[in-house]
Amino acid sequence: MQRKAIFSLRKSVLALVLAAMGVCGVRAQDLKSFEQRITTKVLPNGLTILICERPEAPVFSFATFIDAGDVNDPSGASGLAHMFEHLAFKGTSQIGTKDYAAEKIALEKVETANDAYEAEYLKPVGRDEQKLAELKKAFLAAQTEAEKYVIPNEFTEVAQRNGAVGLNAYTALDETVYFWSMPENRLELWAWLESGRLSDTVPREFYKERDVVNEERRMRTDSSPTGRLFEQFLATAYVAHNYGRSGVGWPSEVGQITATEAMEFHKKYYVGSNIVVAVVGDVKAAEAMPMLERYFSKVPGGPKPEDMTTVEPKQFAEKSVIIREQTQPFYVEGYHRPNYRDPDNSVYDAISDILSNGRVSRLYRSLVRDQRIAAGAAGFSPFPGEKYPGLFAFFAVPLPGHTPTEMREAIHKEIDRLKTTDVTDAELQMYKTRTRADLLRGLADNQGLANALAEYQTRYGDWRELFLELDRVDKVSKADIRRVANQVFVDSNRTSAEIDTQPAAIQGAKGGAQ
Amino acid sequence: MKVQLIFAGFLIGILAGGANLRAQSKPWERIAAPPLHAFNPHQPQRIELKNGIVLFLQEDRELPFVSGSVLIPGGSRDETTAKTGMIGLYSGTWRTSGSETMNGDAMDDLLAAKAATIETRGDNDSTSLSWDSLKGDTDDVYGLAVDLLFHPRFSAEKLQLAQQQAATGIVRRNDSESGIAFRESAKLVYGADGPYTRQAELATIGAVTLADLNAWHDRTLRGKLIVSVSGDFDAAAMEAKLRATFEPLAAVKPLPAHKEAIAETKPGLYFINKADVNQSNIQIVGLGTDRHNPDVPALAVMNEILGGAFSGRLFQKIRTEKGLAYAVSGSYGYSYDHPGMFRVTAMTKSASTVDATKEAIAQISALTDRPYSEVELKRAKDDILNSFLFQYDTRDKVLAERVRLEFYGYPADYLETYKAAIEKVTLADVTAVAKKYIHPDKVAVLVVGNGPEIKPGLDELNMGPAQPIDISIPRPQQEKKQ
Repeated sequence: MQRKAIFSLRKSVLALVLAAMGVCGVRAQDLKSFEQRITTKVLPNGLTILICERPEAPVFSFATFIDAGDVNDPSGASGLAHMFEHLAFKGTSQIGTKDYAAEKIALEKVETANDAYEAEYLKPVGRDEQKLAELKKAFLAAQTEAEKYVIPNEFTEVAQRNGAVGLNAYTALDETVYFWSMPENRLELWAWLESGRLSDTVPREFYKERDVVNEERRMRTDSSPTGRLFEQFLATAYVAHNYGRSGVGWPSEVGQITATEAMEFHKKYYVGSNIVVAVVGDVKAAEAMPMLERYFSKVPGGPKPEDMTTVEPKQFAEKSVIIREQTQPFYVEGYHRPNYRDPDNSVYDAISDILSNGRVSRLYRSLVRDQRIAAGAAGFSPFPGEKYPGLFAFFAVPLPGHTPTEMREAIHKEIDRLKTTDVTDAELQMYKTRTRADLLRGLADNQGLANALAEYQTRYGDWRELFLELDRVDKVSKADIRRVANQVFVDSNRTSAEIDTQPAAIQGAKGGAQ
Repeated sequence: MKVQLIFAGFLIGILAGGANLRAQSKPWERIAAPPLHAFNPHQPQRIELKNGIVLFLQEDRELPFVSGSVLIPGGSRDETTAKTGMIGLYSGTWRTSGSETMNGDAMDDLLAAKAATIETRGDNDSTSLSWDSLKGDTDDVYGLAVDLLFHPRFSAEKLQLAQQQAATGIVRRNDSESGIAFRESAKLVYGADGPYTRQAELATIGAVTLADLNAWHDRTLRGKLIVSVSGDFDAAAMEAKLRATFEPLAAVKPLPAHKEAIAETKPGLYFINKADVNQSNIQIVGLGTDRHNPDVPALAVMNEILGGAFSGRLFQKIRTEKGLAYAVSGSYGYSYDHPGMFRVTAMTKSASTVDATKEAIAQISALTDRPYSEVELKRAKDDILNSFLFQYDTRDKVLAERVRLEFYGYPADYLETYKAAIEKVTLADVTAVAKKYIHPDKVAVLVVGNGPEIKPGLDELNMGPAQPIDISIPRPQQEKKQ
């Protein structure tokens, strides 16, 4: 259950795929070929099933794409979507339990005990420490009682014994995605498991799993210099929208999420209309669809959850974060940009490609090759999500002896160049050619394809956009790039964050042992 | 209807009652797995040239791309200690410098315009040059790749660039807690100066010259090259093209067999303080074995029981049952031609460092004294065997495996015999290999963490005082404080 890292691989893959619609000659042929191999069906509960036949080997991959992530966490409960994701590996009323009827009662007692403990714990005045200790004891005892009924990890065990590989999930700000690959003759078993956990989740071992998630936070954020930096960067860039909130959750909040809250999140967001399930591999739609329909019809229907009302207000003041510590220097900055539905979406992709893609990119050539001040530098977008207005961000890793300030100045020079001078024909053409090839390259991987198809079906309501959006890519012009650069890359729209290395203190300064 | 059957099965299970109630109420067991569709992984064509060079051709017409690689024996384990880091500089500089006829920057422009790549890389036992292009550019890109292979230019400017990049890595290496933990624990096993663990320093990368790169290139290119090509091409035409390039070369001169003396693991408790973390990284390590060892299949099953994701003992105990860690893993490692590492890892909040370490050590001890159950054995074998298909479910994976086996001198049917051996592993086999290879008293325990926060302290482990490890970075130029 890996949570998406801050430099998410998937996000960059998305950017590539989004950008990759610059397919020219191959496009029609491919879309046509996929039209023949893809079958979609919307079930009465609103859930969409997509099957893509690719019988290269007797295996399949799936992606279950939930259109909800940590951006949807209620106030005071950051990290809730991610907590639920962990819960989805704990089984159902039919798997993972010795006696569900008894377990259900025991789990209710856990919730009651936790509520009592929390009520005392959160008392602003007059907290009774002795009572608190007793309540904690009672809470732990209730957990122990409930655990008697658990068969730990039975859900994942059954999947793995039946050949599942790459079994995992991630929670991003925008979405939650579950996935694995399996031999094709386990398709029905998978459908039983997957539809079961979507419709019949049991809040089993929730509070231990919360401890696990706290460890995940310590690993990814607290104990990592860039983890800390990026959390502060986003928290500063946003004043209103949830994109500024820690995705894994603020410690005080994720530490107090309850199983009840997680189940409420499930009830609201895990409804058919909010879910796309994509299957790619050695599967015949004509045979599989009726079977999948039977299983996935169990998922509750219900209205698509209402969208959030918060819109990040226009930034009018430049903001910056400086972390002074003993780790090595780092620089990042970002500018607010519109979301993925903006007509200029492909223009942003063109800019990040020209600035960042490989040794021909402008930032590499300028900061790394010619000025010799950075080990690496890139611009990337959208960050930290695409569903709502995100950032166009830049980072640079200084070479020894060079500073974040030099990174900032060098990046700004490249930005100014974009604003004042057209990119070359060769650069623009290179972007279009490379994105076309990258799209094609991605088509030979069951898991990657399942994720991309589910994502496009969710975000655009039609997987064909994976190919069709190339028309917009093809239309990107040099003038578009200048216009967008002038519009977005302005001082008052900027937030920057850096690590300024401080000289080591006397003791333990070398990082050596004590 | 299948769904009704599932529920019917469930009800029967409940009604039957008795001790076996669970077994009968497992609705998923009522879902039959039909026979798997027939599948014969497509094997590449292998051609051995008279000079000893081996070619592999793997046609794959699904997408209009052609990719290839030349694998060259010799890697960082063969470099001299005073120039540790040389292979990294070599493989970087090789490509960025370009060839005698086209410099690296011009090559970057040309390839990017074609959405193609040519890259060079270095590993501990090999270096390689690989390429990838759209089908229509096959000849152009292959020509460039061959030019780079035989006529590299190794420029001083690009060497300097690579040295600066490497220096950045060196001065940053103590920023990552897990980086420190993995690196320093490996040194406890292979020795700080071992061929797999010695680390590049500012001084050793500074000592590397252009002459070193040229000499390395000339020497290793005479070795047994393995050339592999896959993608959308006609095999006969591709074979002719490769023969024209590689047949005229002189007979290969194999490198002397790699031999290394590996120091004994230094058992005991070690500690490295890191002030800016709130989680300890615990590494418990020892020496592993290599794949030639006939006990490897039984060890693979033992590994699945110990460290398998979700189901393994470490995951069950430390993560699921105790909630002590998000990241926990463990296995007895086996490399292709040298001993791998036995390694158990857990990351836990500072305050539970001792708890988690004790628990991990207990699980290691349990490998030798806690009986394995038939249930565990069956589960581990099911996990491995039912997913075995994913070792060769794409033509690229089949090709990569064949190249690997060729490189390390294993038979082409290695995977099949390995799978057959796994099928035969018994409880007695697992018990025997655990007793033979797992020595809880000989492991080294390394904790990287925030000393003042670790309460109870490491003395509670009763392993004697934790020995400090100095990880400070030698700075030849004192004026550069960063």
